[in-house]
Amino acid sequence: MLRRRWVDAVVVVVVVLAFVLAPQAYSNETLLFQMMVYIALSQGVNILYGFTGYLPFGYVGFFGIGAYGASLLMLHLNWPPILALLGGGAIAVLLGLVLSPLLRLSGAYFAIASLAASQAVYLIVSNPALQNVTYGPYGIQLVSQFNPTLSYYVMVVILALTVAVVLYIRRSRFGTALQAMRDDPVSAAMAGVPVVRQRTFAWMISAGIAGLVGGAFAWQTSVFYPDAVFSLSISIFAIVFTLFGGAGTLLGPLFGSVVLYGMYNTIGISDPQYFQLIYGLLIILLVLFLPDGAASLLKRRGSHVL
Amino acid sequence: MLYALIAGVLFGLYYALIGLGLNLTFGVLRMVNLAHGDFVMIGGFAAVTAFSAWHLHPLWSLVLVAVLIFAVGIALYYVLVPRIAATKDPEMISLVLFFGLSQVIEALAVMRFGNNTQSIYEPVFGKAPVSILGQPFPAVWVVSGLVSLLALLLVYLYLYRTRIGYSTRAVMASREEAEVSGISVHKVSAIAFAIGLGLAAAAGALAPFMLGGITPDLGVGLTITAFAVIVLGSLGNPVGTVAGGLIYGIALMLMQTYLPSWSALLPYLLLLLVLLVKPSGLFGRQVRSA
Repeated sequence: MLRRRWVDAVVVVVVVLAFVLAPQAYSNETLLFQMMVYIALSQGVNILYGFTGYLPFGYVGFFGIGAYGASLLMLHLNWPPILALLGGGAIAVLLGLVLSPLLRLSGAYFAIASLAASQAVYLIVSNPALQNVTYGPYGIQLVSQFNPTLSYYVMVVILALTVAVVLYIRRSRFGTALQAMRDDPVSAAMAGVPVVRQRTFAWMISAGIAGLVGGAFAWQTSVFYPDAVFSLSISIFAIVFTLFGGAGTLLGPLFGSVVLYGMYNTIGISDPQYFQLIYGLLIILLVLFLPDGAASLLKRRGSHVL
Repeated sequence: MLYALIAGVLFGLYYALIGLGLNLTFGVLRMVNLAHGDFVMIGGFAAVTAFSAWHLHPLWSLVLVAVLIFAVGIALYYVLVPRIAATKDPEMISLVLFFGLSQVIEALAVMRFGNNTQSIYEPVFGKAPVSILGQPFPAVWVVSGLVSLLALLLVYLYLYRTRIGYSTRAVMASREEAEVSGISVHKVSAIAFAIGLGLAAAAGALAPFMLGGITPDLGVGLTITAFAVIVLGSLGNPVGTVAGGLIYGIALMLMQTYLPSWSALLPYLLLLLVLLVKPSGLFGRQVRSA
């Protein structure tokens, strides 16, 4: 037990150190920041999909609402950025609570309903009729709050928190209960697991992470349009990174994000359609030949993947 | 008001056509084809390209592309579906797989056609508006409505008047029982899947007119719209889809008349509402778990 805690602590410290020290070795801080964004988001997807089996295609909705929540708190109420970030996270959790009835749907229905929900949120936020509140399609400008260095370190903290939460879930009764529900909800309920409550709880944790990350992204970017934070590709990236690495593990999504997002930056920015093609093919091949991700390659050899 | 209602019926038939293919696929396979909207997009680009290259009338492209995509569908079925059906969670796996397929199609479309909206701007269906109950409508709306109606009728006849259609409905009711009673499930499913894709492509050939143009990123939104339509009319029930399409079309036209800036929200809200309030649609099957 004690040894496990040590391993966990080491993992968190390594992740934090890696991103604190990385700007010294590699000057493209934006890239590093976005990599952290995607690691955290894919861990959020992981909490939901890896542990409960619900695939949230509309995960980006929480990211977007967090970005907008935090920005609007800064712009309308003049909250200091870090407080506004927490506010953005809280708003995302609230949205998760409002959408929690979606969890009653099974499998594909949930995935598509969550996608519809995120598109609905996007269309509301970007609607010209709400220009006075959300600035509609014209986007957000946070120039006066712009602080790339501080927001970078805040993101490191959010990432560390996310990793810690995933580790906690993996080790705790809560995580075991979630996985039991994923495999067989009826038996889990019979064994005394409060299925609906725990699943909703996981959903809200996952939403909160996306909200915080969205707020940090808004702060770092400081000028953005609604389609930048509600782009479906954010959900897709997070899901593919998770699947690629292996859902239900900590290192899988981390590995997936670093490798694939790195790849995206070498070929994706200049020719996004080639990247989309490779992605699509990768998804198809993964599903057909390696449905449990890269982690399953190691697991097959009998080693334990954290 | 009357204008919005009639336009709603015309568009409703068209949306029913888009939804029907998805519903057939779902009915026989219990899988949601997330790439459905992308096949509509393919049909649209095919029609636009055929028109600009050879001046081919979109109705001819419609027939051609439907047949072609039907053949593609048969091949696609045998490559993908038996593999997925063998995994432990076919429903989720297929969702992700078709999603990947949708990404591939979209990327290829961007490479081939670019990101700009393409359409057919010449009045190929005649300039004169068609008058229904004293209201003038663009001729192409009426043609699309009629073509959709014809396609829906053909599918109905296929399902209810032919032997293989009979088997198809048996597979929809229960895959296992159909199999033990000697129906070649894979053959029946492959045909239904291919018909579904063919219908999507056929609808696509009319999309330059009905949806205002074709862009590579049309797919996902259309898939959701189609899903909303078929959930409204209950999944796995082809007849219900027509009802769902009509409700959706009329609601859309009323929204566009009275609340234009919010009308884009309609498919999403409708879908969420139906899924949460009565997920089984008009006549239903169990979709919730736990």
